[in-house]
Amino acid sequence: MQINGEFQPKIVAFCCNWCSYAGADLAGNNRLAYPENVKIIKVPCSCRVNPMFILRAFQRGADGVILCGCHPGDCHYTSGNYYTRRRMALLFSMLNYLGIEKERTRVEWVSAAEGAKFAQTMNEFTEAVAALGENKRLEDLRCKK
Amino acid sequence: MQKVTCDTLVAKACELLENGTVDRVLGWKNGEFVYDVTPALFTTVDDIKSEFVFNDFCGANFSKYLIEETRKTESKVLVFLKPCDTYSFNQLLTEHRFDREKVYALGIPCEGMADITKVKAAAGDGITAIKAEGENLVISTLYDEDKTVACADMLAERCMVCKSKKHVAYDELLGEDGDVIDSNRFDEVEKLEAMTEDERFAFWQNELSRCIRCNACRDVCPACTCEKCVFDNPESSVANKAISDSFEEKMFHIIRAFHVAGRCTDCGECSRVCPQNIPLHLLNRKFIKDINSFYGEYQAGAEAGSRAPLVDYTTEDIEPTDAVLKGASDNA
Repeated sequence: MQINGEFQPKIVAFCCNWCSYAGADLAGNNRLAYPENVKIIKVPCSCRVNPMFILRAFQRGADGVILCGCHPGDCHYTSGNYYTRRRMALLFSMLNYLGIEKERTRVEWVSAAEGAKFAQTMNEFTEAVAALGENKRLEDLRCKK
Repeated sequence: MQKVTCDTLVAKACELLENGTVDRVLGWKNGEFVYDVTPALFTTVDDIKSEFVFNDFCGANFSKYLIEETRKTESKVLVFLKPCDTYSFNQLLTEHRFDREKVYALGIPCEGMADITKVKAAAGDGITAIKAEGENLVISTLYDEDKTVACADMLAERCMVCKSKKHVAYDELLGEDGDVIDSNRFDEVEKLEAMTEDERFAFWQNELSRCIRCNACRDVCPACTCEKCVFDNPESSVANKAISDSFEEKMFHIIRAFHVAGRCTDCGECSRVCPQNIPLHLLNRKFIKDINSFYGEYQAGAEAGSRAPLVDYTTEDIEPTDAVLKGASDNA
């Protein structure tokens, strides 16, 4: 998306209900700024995120997708994020294999106490995706409104 | 050229059918052309004697057919399994997809199956007959004289890098069992990994844009056994093929490969049935290679009851960001 001649990436952030979403809340409470490009989607657990969700976001025009969950060992459901870690390791490696820029995807563990980390992560990620430019390789014209 | 002859299989099938061990037989019969060998179900000795074939084009893996077949009746079905088929057989058993008690598995040795595209490239169109003579295939065509080609040159890609000649599951074995082979099946994947990002993208765009979404790869895959498939949803807007330059089929192929990741035995059926000759096995093998490199060597189906890597974890697993780098640079 171009705003005032400047490219503004669309970022989708999947945040788990128990840690990362609370971390985003804390960032807000502390008035820590993170880019408005980031659209948060709350999920019950990071392992709720099916690989299809991530591809779907790209198909519909996201330029970067980040997945945030509790730190390994701190999952509200004991082991959800361990499964996420394996799935995303394989999925991201596959995307890279298909020639998709690896900077467009990321997994970050953010706890409910890490508002500053949340803001910093989103700033960094948005900047990295902005540098890459528009997502052309995974968009799907059929899915765009 | 296969070591075990069609006559041996026919005799064995008839014997088991006549003595009542089984009441039907999963085997191969000729299709429209001599190289179009298709899976078939035989219920009488007469049918087997007249229609059963076994040659260098019997690539079909019967494991998946057992799911439907074992549900039909209480009696046993005879199935012929090549070494690579037995891995799928084990994997389906692990997932409780069919009743082992209702299957009589006959292991047969395999010398590798021929790839019809290679045969056609060597002999031309209009093939009327293909005969195996020693280490060669003699091909008769409508237009030309008979051509003789070496079997070894006609091997399907998956057979050139065969991972095992050892049967991992059977009730009875015909002929001799082989060994697990330390093959170089990841070479092609490594070649792709060594390319630049743009080259890889161009390679896959070229390959996957040929996809016509016939779903043959999904339908034949012995690991794809869901009763309802995510891709059968017409609302998903990925069910159809759009005319456009953008990379439409990526979603389907990534998810198809991902859904069988950790369960794919690398039998190569997806690439065999693809009417567009897309090297789909290269997607599956990437997952297998990554799993081996991230979580330790794992061969799906080698052992019935083993735990697949994606339904397992350790607290020390590699982080996704590091995994991408490791997956790309393992051999660089």
